[in-house]
Amino acid sequence: MLGQIAYALPFLAQGFAVTVWVSLLVVVLSLIAGVMMGVGLVYGPAPLRWAVRIFSDTIRGIPILVLIFFVYYGLPAVGIHLESFWAAVLALTLFKTAQVIEYLRGAVGSIPKGQSEAAMAIGLTFRQRLAYVIFPQAFRRFLPPWINGVTDAVKGSALVSLLGITDLMHAINQVIGRTYEAMPLYILGAVIYFVVNYALSLASRRLERRFSFIRE
Amino acid sequence: MGYTLNFNLIWRHFEKLWGGLLLSLELAVISIAIGIVIGLLLAVWYVSAGRLVRTAIAAYVEFIRNVPLILLVYLVFYGLPTVVDIAYSAQTSFIATLSLYSGAYLVEVFRSGLEAVPRGQLDAGKAIGLTPWQRLLHVRLPTMLRITLPALSNTFLSLFKDTSVASVISVPELTYGAQWINFNTFRIVEVYLVVTAMYLLTGYALLYALRLVERRFRAAH
Repeated sequence: MLGQIAYALPFLAQGFAVTVWVSLLVVVLSLIAGVMMGVGLVYGPAPLRWAVRIFSDTIRGIPILVLIFFVYYGLPAVGIHLESFWAAVLALTLFKTAQVIEYLRGAVGSIPKGQSEAAMAIGLTFRQRLAYVIFPQAFRRFLPPWINGVTDAVKGSALVSLLGITDLMHAINQVIGRTYEAMPLYILGAVIYFVVNYALSLASRRLERRFSFIRE
Repeated sequence: MGYTLNFNLIWRHFEKLWGGLLLSLELAVISIAIGIVIGLLLAVWYVSAGRLVRTAIAAYVEFIRNVPLILLVYLVFYGLPTVVDIAYSAQTSFIATLSLYSGAYLVEVFRSGLEAVPRGQLDAGKAIGLTPWQRLLHVRLPTMLRITLPALSNTFLSLFKDTSVASVISVPELTYGAQWINFNTFRIVEVYLVVTAMYLLTGYALLYALRLVERRFRAAH
């Protein structure tokens, strides 16, 4: 048994690399999209605010799995052909973007109105207010939940195995298909996911404590 | 582009989706009911237990929270029967998994709720001569439940969405119904539009109903 698992380790490592790569892409892309849409939600004109609100509430209201299938099977039907890898990344990014929007809204919303007004009073432009006054303060509130939320991207990435992408989850199932060693391999997989995500949630907790000096 | 929407085939097979939705709700309700029992017992045990028990409970909570649900579903359905001699259906297996999963989240919810009960209430209970058991049952738990009700509703809503993972072991819930129609009729865009609407409408209806319940409880005290 151990011999078989040892033999499969390089293959599992490849799968793990795909899991990390998918998660990383999703985390970076959703951060960019989420911050932009989040700013739109907080400061934008009414139509933009509604659009972002509807986007976020819709995405957060459906299972990630439905979102993944919708993007993967739905896009080719309307003539958009994406490799399954990128369809998966797109679906997970949409899901994660909605989360980032809400973290940003919460973080910016927690900054007292007086800060913005003071910045306006000394003649800062909108961009300067965001860059020098609001974001530096909101950042400390944004970071802990955001890092903790990275675990959702890692956990969500296991669903891309259903599209035939050989991530860690899929690699485990394939090795089980050959060796019939279901239990040891699922436990090994669980331990790997656990170590990654637990490290992330510890980092989040530590940052939260570090930033806790900030007054409410 | 050039895709024409045609919902006829969806309506013809709508019983797959409707039946699936009801099963999703059933899975979520049964799982949260068992999860509440697990969560309550472990949370009450945790706050009064020694270091060893606390570590064991924390290990269970952290393990479940940091592993993808789909892996847990596979582990219980395909892995467990290879090492213990028990047979169960996919549905039973999924309910067991989702119960353990929600239990882990609810231990955290209830534990912080128990710790948020004001010290004065417990002292007052002691002062009027209640036994420790009575203080737990009549003072600490009711207050804790009122504090945790919003978190409990949120857990239920996310469990309702998590039932979609049951489709990977062929439990015929809503997402499974969607895939069935997807593969058998190829009305892909239509079926996912309808299913998205079904998840959203059900989810927001539940949210509205649960908020009403929360408000009632707040008004009653």
